[in-house]
Amino acid sequence: MYGKGLRSLSVITVASVALTLAAVFFWAPNDAYLGFLQKIFYVHVPLAIVTLGGFVAAGLMAIAHLRTRDPRWDMRSYVAIHLSLIFGIGVLITGSIWARGAWGHWWVWNEPTLVSFLLVMLLYATYQPLRFAIEDPERQARYASVFAITAGAFVPINFLIVRLAPAYVHPRTLDNISGNLPGRMQVVFYLAMISTTLLWITLWKFEMTAKHVAAQLRQLRRLLGDEDDDAPTRRSAAPSLTHAGSAG
Amino acid sequence: MTALSLRGVTRRYGERTALAAVTLTLPAGQTLAVLGPNGAGKSTLLRVLATLLAPHAGKLEVLGHPLPQESWAVRGKIGLLGHEPMLYRELTARENLRLHAKLHGVRLERVGELLALVALERRADEPLRTLSRGLVQRVAVCRTLLHEPELLLLDEPRANLDPAACEIVEPLIGRASGKTRVLVSHDPARALLEADLVLGLARGRTAFLDAPAQLDPQGVAELYR
Amino acid sequence: MSTPRTSSVVRALLEAQLRLELRTFESLPAMWLFSVTAFVLFHFGLNEDSLSGNLASGVLWVTLLLAAILVINRLYLADAEQGGFDGFLLSPADRGSLLIAKVLTLLFYLAAVELVAVPAFALLLLEPSLGQALPGLLGVLALGDLGIAVIGALVGALAIRTQSRDLLGPMLSLPLLVPVLLCVAGATAPLFDPAHAGAIPLRLLVTLALYDAVFGLIAFALFDFLLED
Repeated sequence: MYGKGLRSLSVITVASVALTLAAVFFWAPNDAYLGFLQKIFYVHVPLAIVTLGGFVAAGLMAIAHLRTRDPRWDMRSYVAIHLSLIFGIGVLITGSIWARGAWGHWWVWNEPTLVSFLLVMLLYATYQPLRFAIEDPERQARYASVFAITAGAFVPINFLIVRLAPAYVHPRTLDNISGNLPGRMQVVFYLAMISTTLLWITLWKFEMTAKHVAAQLRQLRRLLGDEDDDAPTRRSAAPSLTHAGSAG
Repeated sequence: MTALSLRGVTRRYGERTALAAVTLTLPAGQTLAVLGPNGAGKSTLLRVLATLLAPHAGKLEVLGHPLPQESWAVRGKIGLLGHEPMLYRELTARENLRLHAKLHGVRLERVGELLALVALERRADEPLRTLSRGLVQRVAVCRTLLHEPELLLLDEPRANLDPAACEIVEPLIGRASGKTRVLVSHDPARALLEADLVLGLARGRTAFLDAPAQLDPQGVAELYR
Repeated sequence: MSTPRTSSVVRALLEAQLRLELRTFESLPAMWLFSVTAFVLFHFGLNEDSLSGNLASGVLWVTLLLAAILVINRLYLADAEQGGFDGFLLSPADRGSLLIAKVLTLLFYLAAVELVAVPAFALLLLEPSLGQALPGLLGVLALGDLGIAVIGALVGALAIRTQSRDLLGPMLSLPLLVPVLLCVAGATAPLFDPAHAGAIPLRLLVTLALYDAVFGLIAFALFDFLLED
């Protein structure tokens, strides 16, 4: 059911990513101070915002999981965190390149957004190990949801607090993101926002579809008697869709 | 009155079914013996009845309360005596029981009364880790009975008890207690003597469900095969 | 039989916890020794005989945080290994009372550690006198301890029934504790400044209090889900 509309969504996503890249390279003006390097901004900032949005969305999905006990919500939350982690690595790399170009260092501590982002990534890096350390899939799902909600709430709070810290009350190096950009840059930025969001959603749907098909295949195999009912299941950090709510 | 009513109660661990569609009713005051080899689902059944595990499918009523919706109402009315004593080793028998008395909102005098009943007063103030397993089991019996439960869930209650100790706890948790009981046992001969109803489990499925008189020695052997 | 009052359940649980610690002394001496050893390590690692300002504040708080991690890992150990969870779950007592009892237990541990660690720090490393910083420091300690206790009680429960709890406990709690560290270290630094002691940035303390409150609510809302089986 996740496959529905996937083809048209993919086409739109590919088109919008291509359009964005074209706009970034050929239409957006070069920045007065940073020149060409500034264009990494159109990748870095939307990527960061979408990553964080994905983490928060995963927290909301986890709330739905704890409320309904439907393992599909856990799967959705898992895939969202998984994807955002991958996007997040992209954020750290592009941020690092930017920092190197703008300030001459691969890492800067006086940029609160970057520092907050690192903290968030450090926290989410424990998500998979946590899942892997719990064998019973139902408890794994429940604990993962508790984590996803706590961490999801941590994301905005953490950004707020790091910004309030004494080291950062002085003027910021990288101020404001979309507020005072000149016209064309702003248009390209919003375009990049849209295409990055679409990319995240498309990849999420792809992974959900794949997981769903795999689960159905397993169930069919079992019905055909290929797999022994009592075969010890492989220990895994990924949620399974076959327990609890799926029957009945 | 019906103490237990199960219809198609199912519990899974991941993809393994620990309890498959168990259906039975047990009138109040009677004893249900649960037999079967290790891994048959006996302990899972007890934990489901004790509100510690929620069933994945089926209808379940304990003492007239549907589970898991009314777990809170059932908790003060059941006593679970499991493999583990559920007591802190570093605390004394008295300290452990006083803690549980407060958890259940029971008056503290009852702790002393129960300790006297199981003949443990003399050693009630030593840390549990210094007591033999048999003595700890007696403390666990006290813990189970503190709040005067209507339903006893017993998982091999005599496992660590010598004959003298068995005699001491018999009026408390045995048939003579007059309470509704679910008795998990590895000693079928003994269990059959006490039971009004026998449930034989094999890999979570019901292999036998009838009065004990209907189960001959060969049937028992079959269950443990 | 009626549901027991939450306050009496919390008191009973806390009493049992403290009795367990006072009888075995499994955690406290280790935490005391750890914090003094950490100060010695910082002395050699930084090659400084005395510290003040930011550095002093950072060394003290990082040490306290790591000492707290030691006990967060063990907070639910007796419950998980000796059936305390089941015993509690079988009672009609309110689930939240266990969380409150654990938060209070952690607060007790932290206060006990600080009773030794703060004077030891003043003796071994702190340049300005402790006396002038003390009144402000007590307030910062109280708010900081509350944050550590709330997060520790939640994360401890999350990690205890996993296979790699010794690793997961610190990995989960440290990132969550960074905002606490940031606030307490920032608030303590001016107290340890020999030049103008006394002025704590109030903004940081208010932020910290809010952080404590938010995570207190989150812990309270999610704790039940960690107890079920």
